[in-house]
Amino acid sequence: MIALEFPPINEILRWKDLVPGFNKISIIAILAAVIAIGLFLAATRQDHNSAPKGSRNLAEAIVEFIENGVVMQTMGRDGLGWTPFLLSLFLFIYLCNVPGIIPFFQMPATARMAIPMFLALLVWVVYNGTGIKHQGFFGYFKSTLFPPGVPKALYILVTPIEFISAIIVRPFSLAVRLFANMLAGHILLVTFALLSEALFQAKDKVLIPVGILPFFMLIFLTSFEVLVAFLQAYIFTILTAVYIGGAAHPEH
Amino acid sequence: MEAIARIAAAAAADPAEAKNTAAAASAGYAYGLAAIGPGIGIGYLVGKAVESMARQPEAAGMVRTTMFLGIAFTEALALIGFVVFILLKFA
Repeated sequence: MIALEFPPINEILRWKDLVPGFNKISIIAILAAVIAIGLFLAATRQDHNSAPKGSRNLAEAIVEFIENGVVMQTMGRDGLGWTPFLLSLFLFIYLCNVPGIIPFFQMPATARMAIPMFLALLVWVVYNGTGIKHQGFFGYFKSTLFPPGVPKALYILVTPIEFISAIIVRPFSLAVRLFANMLAGHILLVTFALLSEALFQAKDKVLIPVGILPFFMLIFLTSFEVLVAFLQAYIFTILTAVYIGGAAHPEH
Repeated sequence: MEAIARIAAAAAADPAEAKNTAAAASAGYAYGLAAIGPGIGIGYLVGKAVESMARQPEAAGMVRTTMFLGIAFTEALALIGFVVFILLKFA
C-alpha cells in the first residue's frame, strides 16, 4: 500500500515571511491591485477618437460586463454611478482568486480570511452608509427592520430576524462564501496533487499507472477552478450590488 | 455506530487520541450532513431556472442573475458546513 501523509493545514496555507509581515499572500494582493490599476491607466492613455485596441479593448469589455451583467440587472439605470466601485471590487477579487491556478503562485489570496473579511466589512459599511444617506438614519432602520405590509403583531418575530439577516449574517456570509470556496478549491488541488505524486512514486510498480486517474482529476479540477475564480468574484460583486440597491431603494 | 464504539474504546486508552478520533469522525459527519440540503436546493433551483429559460428565452438574462443569487444563498449553508469541517479537523 502507499502511505499518504496529508500535511497539516498550516503547511498548505501559511507562507513564510519574506520580510517580517510580508509573505506570498501580500505579494498576490499587491500584484492584483497593481495589475488592475495598470490595465486601466494604460487603457485611458490611448487616443479616445480612434478605434480601441489592446488594453483599452480589454478594459472596455470588463466595464461593459459590470454595467450590463451586474448593475443593470440588479439596480437599473440609477445604479450606474456604482460601476467604478463594483468594477474595482470585481477585478481585485478576480485577480486575487486566479493565482490559485497560476504556477509558482498556486495560492488564492482570498483563501486566507483577512482579505474576504476586510472586503465584506467594506461592503457592509458602504451599503449601510448608502441606506442612511438615502433614507436618513431612522428611515433606513425603519424600512429594514420593520418591512411594510407585515401585520403589526408579527413584528415581534420579523424584526429580530431581519436585524440578524440584514446586519449580521450578510457580511458574514459574504466573507465566508468567498473564503470557503477558494479554500475548498485549494485543498482539493492539494489533495489530488499529493495523491498522484504518491501513486507515481509508489514502491509497488502496479500502482504507478493508477496515478493517471488522480492526475486527470487534477487537470479537470484546475480548469474548474478557473470557473470558480470568476464565479466567486461575480457573485460577490452581484450580491454587493443587490445590497446597495436594496438599501438605496427599499421599495424594490 | 462503529465509529462511536471505536471512540469509546479509544477514550479508555488515551483521552487526547480519543479527542482527535472524535473530531475526525464528527468532521466527516458535519460536512456530509451540511451538503445534503444545499445539494437538493441547488438542484431544484437550477432545474427550475433552466425550465423557465427554455419557456421564455427572452427573460434568460434576468433568470440567470436571479439564479446565481439563489445559488449563492443556498451554497452558503454547505460552505459553513465546510468551515465547520476544517475547524473540527484542524483547529
